[in-house]
Amino acid sequence: MEPIVKLENVSKCFEKDKYVVKDINLEVKEGEFLTLLGSSGCGKTTILRMISGLEHVSVGKVYIDGVDVTELDPTKREVNTIFQNFALFPHMTVYDNIAFGLKMKHVSKDEIDKRVKKIIKLVELEGLENRLPSEISGGQQQRVAIARGIIMNPKVLLLDESLCSLDLKLKRQMQIELKKIQKRLGITFIYVTHDQDEALTMSDRIVILNHGIIEQDDTPQNIYRYPKTVFVADFIGESNIWPGIISNINKEIIGVKISDNIEFAVSKKDLDKVGDKINILIRPENIKVSSNTLKNSIEGTVKDIIYDGAISKLFIEVIDNKIFKVNTHGIVNFKENDKVFIQIEDDDIIPIRGKKHEEK
Amino acid sequence: MKKNNLFKAISIIPVIIYSITLILLPLLYIFFLSFQKNDSYGGIIYELTLTNYFTIIDLTYLKVFLKSALIGIITTVLCILISYPFALILKNKSSKVQNLCTKLVMVPFLTNSLIRTYGWIVLLRKNGVINATLQALHITNAPLNLMYNNIGIIIGMTYTLLPFMILPLCSAVFKIDKSLIEAAKDLGASRMQIFKNIIVPESISGVFNGSLMVFIPAIGYFFIADILGGGKEMIIGNLIKNQFLTARNWPLGSAISIFLILITFILVKIYQKLGGKMDDLGGM
Repeated sequence: MEPIVKLENVSKCFEKDKYVVKDINLEVKEGEFLTLLGSSGCGKTTILRMISGLEHVSVGKVYIDGVDVTELDPTKREVNTIFQNFALFPHMTVYDNIAFGLKMKHVSKDEIDKRVKKIIKLVELEGLENRLPSEISGGQQQRVAIARGIIMNPKVLLLDESLCSLDLKLKRQMQIELKKIQKRLGITFIYVTHDQDEALTMSDRIVILNHGIIEQDDTPQNIYRYPKTVFVADFIGESNIWPGIISNINKEIIGVKISDNIEFAVSKKDLDKVGDKINILIRPENIKVSSNTLKNSIEGTVKDIIYDGAISKLFIEVIDNKIFKVNTHGIVNFKENDKVFIQIEDDDIIPIRGKKHEEK
Repeated sequence: MKKNNLFKAISIIPVIIYSITLILLPLLYIFFLSFQKNDSYGGIIYELTLTNYFTIIDLTYLKVFLKSALIGIITTVLCILISYPFALILKNKSSKVQNLCTKLVMVPFLTNSLIRTYGWIVLLRKNGVINATLQALHITNAPLNLMYNNIGIIIGMTYTLLPFMILPLCSAVFKIDKSLIEAAKDLGASRMQIFKNIIVPESISGVFNGSLMVFIPAIGYFFIADILGGGKEMIIGNLIKNQFLTARNWPLGSAISIFLILITFILVKIYQKLGGKMDDLGGM
């Protein structure tokens, strides 16, 4: 199937040779909820603005539904944007805000009325039609912004950190609502955020950006479980990451030393050879702690305990002064300086070979 | 605390004296004069009367008032038409450029406005710069009458009063959130539609401010009407001046002055009714 949005070697520089976005290739499938995730200044908003046409593309091509729109004016692109601050027109009522796009297209009054009423019902804003944006709550404003975009029947809806300004509780609620609206309408959403929780909760696919290049492009599950780069592993969730060196290769298994006395076994890939640098990732929730020895366990001492509601975070120091972060459910019975044993399943030891290795 | 209060009191005294002697007392005197009679030698007969007010409700005077209003309105509209493009072009520039350009608008106004008005004669007269250029380019065959008529007055007024429109309008236009314009573009609005539906409603307060500050002086600036109108064209401003200096009928001049103050007062009240703030007019 033809991708609904396609970026082909897209680059953007505002000043000469200073690339904000560099050589991006991206395909978005129809009906997909795609998230562009990255810290501020990684170029995610710039990519969004190049799709909407509000920013000019320096190099490369943008296709929407198979048509090259690189040079097309934003007014003529069949995409709509929900802005970070919602950008509702302050002098217009909720109704007029939602009807704005249709009015600009000179759609007949009856038709506008019919469609606005339908959308208002969909986003549950009944009764607020004649209020001004300043007279409704943040969550309602956001729904007006969404309604104003989707009434145009866009092929793609672009959302620029649209939940950022809401408080945590409302944010959670709107995340679910947004996902529901997206499913109901079947419109492709491209969502930009720096909030990894948001990305993991809502997306079908996440693209992680760093300094204008794509670090990883995968499902939320794979991004979390099998990060391809140290940046991704570090950016998403909590992690124990250690640089290591391949010390021996044994058929399908390689041994990776992260210190003089600690060696992990992971499955082998074709190009691995002794002496290669490999990073090891272990998620803190995948480490078991016990006061008795377990199979293949490492002995350590509890250095610190932080209680955080649903989980407790332990910092356990083992041989060679390595400190493991461990997350356990509920309250633990350990005290500081207790002797404990930690155990990690083979499947939970994730090797990160880095980008260069993949390209070879 | 006490010392501070004393300092406040002392520092405010000059302002109070200034306001009373140079603004309040003359105004009261004008108000008082407007109810007196004059004799045929320019003197004043101290006798309470409403004659002066009945005199101004005369067709000749009403015509002058109407014409003043018309010139004021045309000047205001011209100022709006010139200021909007100026503000819109500057909106997309950096704040450095914005500051520089709005300051440049003010620079000519450091020169005395009377001198600047005389300067316009060089440009507008029959063999002046504009006519010479137009004829040299064969755009016109004969010189145009650009001064000693209403056109001259309107050109002069628009030039002199333009900053009073540009400044409030710029501050209103610069304040409009860029994302509103982008959102409108994103929803398919053309440039004209954006201007009509977003820019104008969002900057209308600036237009109100500017209009008030342009219109009120425009009906009163007698020297522009005198110099560029050749004294032939009367507006309220030089009507008052003539009553005082030429006809030497101070009571009638005073009555017209009070009438002008009344109009100003009503306009300001309307402005406030429409939600305008006095602070935006420079704390008037």
